[in-house]
Amino acid sequence: MSFDNAYESLLGGEDAHWAFGTGFSEALSGVNREFPAGVDREALAAYCLMLGDDALIFSQRLSEWCSRAPELEEDIALANIALDLLGQARMLLTRAGEVLGRDEDALAYLRDEREFRNVHLAEIDCGPGPGGDFAATIARLLVFSSWRLALFSRLRGSADPVLAAIAEKGLKELAYHRDHAAQWTVRLGDGTDESHRRMQAGLERVWPFVDELFATHAVEVTLTGVAVDPASLRSEVDGVLEAVLNAAGLTRPTDTRAARVAGMAGRDGVHTEAMGYLLAEMQHLHRSLPGAVW
Amino acid sequence: MADDLERRFERTVQSEARIEPRDWMPDGYRKTLIRQIAQHAHSEIIGMQPEGNWISRAPSLRRKAILLAKVQDEAGHGLYLYSATETLGADREDLTLKLIEGRQKYSSIFNYPTLTFADVGVIGWLVDGAAICNQVPLCRTSYGPYARAMIRICKEESFHQRQGYELLMTMMRGTQQQRDMVQDSVNRWWWPSLMMFGPPDAESTNTEQSMAWRIKRDTNDELRQKFVNMSMPQAEALGVTFPDPELRWNDERGEYDFGQPDWDEFWQVVKGGGVCNEQRIAHRRKAHEDGAWVREAAVAHAAKHARKEGAA
Amino acid sequence: MSTSWPLWEVFVRGKRGLNHVHVGSLHAPDAEMALRNARDVYTRRNEGVSIWVVPATEITASSPDEKDPFFAPAGDKVYRHPTFYVIPEDVPHL
Repeated sequence: MSFDNAYESLLGGEDAHWAFGTGFSEALSGVNREFPAGVDREALAAYCLMLGDDALIFSQRLSEWCSRAPELEEDIALANIALDLLGQARMLLTRAGEVLGRDEDALAYLRDEREFRNVHLAEIDCGPGPGGDFAATIARLLVFSSWRLALFSRLRGSADPVLAAIAEKGLKELAYHRDHAAQWTVRLGDGTDESHRRMQAGLERVWPFVDELFATHAVEVTLTGVAVDPASLRSEVDGVLEAVLNAAGLTRPTDTRAARVAGMAGRDGVHTEAMGYLLAEMQHLHRSLPGAVW
Repeated sequence: MADDLERRFERTVQSEARIEPRDWMPDGYRKTLIRQIAQHAHSEIIGMQPEGNWISRAPSLRRKAILLAKVQDEAGHGLYLYSATETLGADREDLTLKLIEGRQKYSSIFNYPTLTFADVGVIGWLVDGAAICNQVPLCRTSYGPYARAMIRICKEESFHQRQGYELLMTMMRGTQQQRDMVQDSVNRWWWPSLMMFGPPDAESTNTEQSMAWRIKRDTNDELRQKFVNMSMPQAEALGVTFPDPELRWNDERGEYDFGQPDWDEFWQVVKGGGVCNEQRIAHRRKAHEDGAWVREAAVAHAAKHARKEGAA
Repeated sequence: MSTSWPLWEVFVRGKRGLNHVHVGSLHAPDAEMALRNARDVYTRRNEGVSIWVVPATEITASSPDEKDPFFAPAGDKVYRHPTFYVIPEDVPHL
């Protein structure tokens, strides 16, 4: 690479620089993308959207911390986690799109709120906006990554080879996310009176959204052998959270039950009020210029 | 003794060897370096904001990932550079306070607003391009830790420039609306990019001593000319024009002639009157202040932990 | 209470068979976080990389130049951080 002529440097170079989330063809290269016999494809697409939207929307929230974190090192760490999740989202939306005949961007930018299938925990504002702070962000990350890690761990055995491969790759990332959240939970729980109070409040903020994570959806019942029944993850995840909260000297909140809306929640496309604003921001430019290429 | 030290320092610098952290160095050299490297670090950190402004709205998932990775790189660059100042006895916390209290500067370019997504591409192409012109010579700067940080940074910056240019090429192949968006963005960023090299040599106060110490390697005007020469063929390949009626090839000089930026605007922005000066500093101050309880908690936890281990 | 985190020096072994090499420094509240931050900042979580983190204050350094005035008045205290001091490949582990 020549530094004296920037024009040359524009034309050459290695793509490997972009370490996280900007490309994923290699990660899944060699994976058989044919749909396994007997699998309900519509249900498979719906399931990929559930897991993909969880990652996409949480990534969108986490990236709000970029340039706002408590220290530079943490800014970089949170961006890495957001990039990992964005990478997972892209792989999952792409898989859904193979059934639906749409690409990842059509699915991310051109679906309306009611078509998004993410859990509420992913979409609520836990900071840096007014809905939370760094502690609430860590509380959400702890719950989300503990749950998704348990889920992906079982998803490795999915009858869909693509889902299994996505889970295999995501597992290491999620282990890192959970560790990061646990390290911070312990430090904030134990650190100062203020940090203890904020961390406890952060847990209270996210706990009402916990039950939804373990509610079995009809799609997951249809996809036996392909999907993971989240109800089966509860005791494992509870155990992990219990251990972290104990180490941090924090109390497990008792309020786990945010009521559903006419029996529905995120997996059914019924969201919180925060979701409309999140999508308005995320989708605005893409929708403003139909036919544009990016 | 002092003369010996000074002579050895001069000899080291003249022979193009590197000055390392524990070497004796003149106070002026140390101060100049801390100021310059800190300013550079601040620029990377403040520079996260104009582009970060578009992460949530990036129009494709691939662009979102690239942009987030790029802004994250800038945090890393700031971190490397603050580390380099710490080898000179400075302290990141102290420098951060100087930044948010307005006692130290950062590159004025970041006080311009990013108004469309094309700005992400143009910043990559022109602003990072100008930064590369400024920074490549610094890979050979006399202070070792600074030079080593710059080598790493320049390598990453060239990727940034490339992604910016690639975004613009893609947009120019898109709809007419997109092409108009690119040209509009170029019109807004061209002059501020030229200003990034600093005032004309005749008005630049720091250049001479810095050149002698090999902290700086080329004058502002030399670098500006080089940047214009480099950018013109790139603009032609892209299909955009620069908003300068005086810009044309000079056969005699073998270089491009070009007009002067509006130096009144430059000084106005430097002195705090830019569209975004207050916003950028307020953003950085809020992040620092909002994070104080987190940093404090981590220190408190570490102290308790150390006490427990000591007692055991 | 001070809110700023101490400085750590980061040493990375890119692959088996090589020595750890100094790559830079960072701030972290404690060793565990320093290791994690180092992985994010300097290796981008590249697996198979071994990392050492050392509190900058715990490093004792000789002068890079033997003829250097090691005990000169200005010679030691202020420049206590050997950050970015590249250790050649053939130097044995600290």
